[in-house]
Amino acid sequence: MLDEQVARPETDNDERQWWMSVLARATADQLKELLSAATVPPYACLRGPETGLLMVRGKICGDGADFNVGEATITRCTIRTAEGDVGHAYVLGRDHEQAKLAAVADALLQSEQHDVLVEALIVPLATAQQQRRAAVARKAAATKVNFSTMAALR
Amino acid sequence: MKGVEHAGFEDPTHDSQSCFRAILEAISQPGIVKTIESHVTPPLPLAVATAATVLTLVDANTPIWLDDEFSDAAPWISFHCNAPLVESSMAQFAIGTRIPEWGRLNTGSAEFPEHSATLVLQVESLGEGQRMTLRGPGISDRAELRVDGLPSNFVEAWEENHKSYPTGVDVILCAGNRLAALPRTTSATRG
Repeated sequence: MLDEQVARPETDNDERQWWMSVLARATADQLKELLSAATVPPYACLRGPETGLLMVRGKICGDGADFNVGEATITRCTIRTAEGDVGHAYVLGRDHEQAKLAAVADALLQSEQHDVLVEALIVPLATAQQQRRAAVARKAAATKVNFSTMAALR
Repeated sequence: MKGVEHAGFEDPTHDSQSCFRAILEAISQPGIVKTIESHVTPPLPLAVATAATVLTLVDANTPIWLDDEFSDAAPWISFHCNAPLVESSMAQFAIGTRIPEWGRLNTGSAEFPEHSATLVLQVESLGEGQRMTLRGPGISDRAELRVDGLPSNFVEAWEENHKSYPTGVDVILCAGNRLAALPRTTSATRG
């Protein structure tokens, strides 16, 4: 399970969603370390980084009515590189550095550095995130209570 | 987003507060010309005062009408303000260099005059050019306002707007980094 390859999206749009979600889950330290593999051109912030609240909407089943789950603190940032690529990032929490680096990475992933960066940045992060999810799932599975067994004991 | 090359306010909180203060003073004392202190480098052909006014007053809840001349700035406004672009009769803010079919702007109703539109009119300069004499609330006796680059039918259209009080639109005049305002309570005559 740990050796499993990270699933790669097929279309360009899916791919951008994929890397943006991976970047949004990465910490500022991870981004800083892995971005050293890239050539970061000069860039300017078009908006932010700025912190605000986002109403998280939920739905029970696919056809249920919308309801408000609650508000989440998010930080967003949009940057534009000297080459003209615009990168966006929305991350949970209040880490401005994380949002800025994620936006820079998003912009670079749209440039000709795309292929290098997917290998050097996105795949390692996605793998680590997948492993962490799997570890949590294993821990949860180990404490699972089987109710049918308890019923049979009675 | 394509077409967005310019940032908004350098310091969104303080820049929008100081711009709001300038707009408030301009509206409460028609005829005075305020200089915008906010830091913003807008895309052409938006003037600094026009851009700052839009950033300060417009958001996702205020549909706007945008003059064709400003279509190059539309992505910038959409990105920074999130405002839906609508036809002139639906708009809460009309932004342009001409009067958009004046009669079609929302002038509010007798019950809700505050639901009317505000026209943000970009002119060539304030403090020089054609002279208007203003009278009304907020003005001691009379005030003088010089504007260059107003649409030719402005004074006539304005008098009609003024007479329809309490309904009617309010106008914010912007040029360079300066702005002045004409609330609907102000009467304006040439000379």
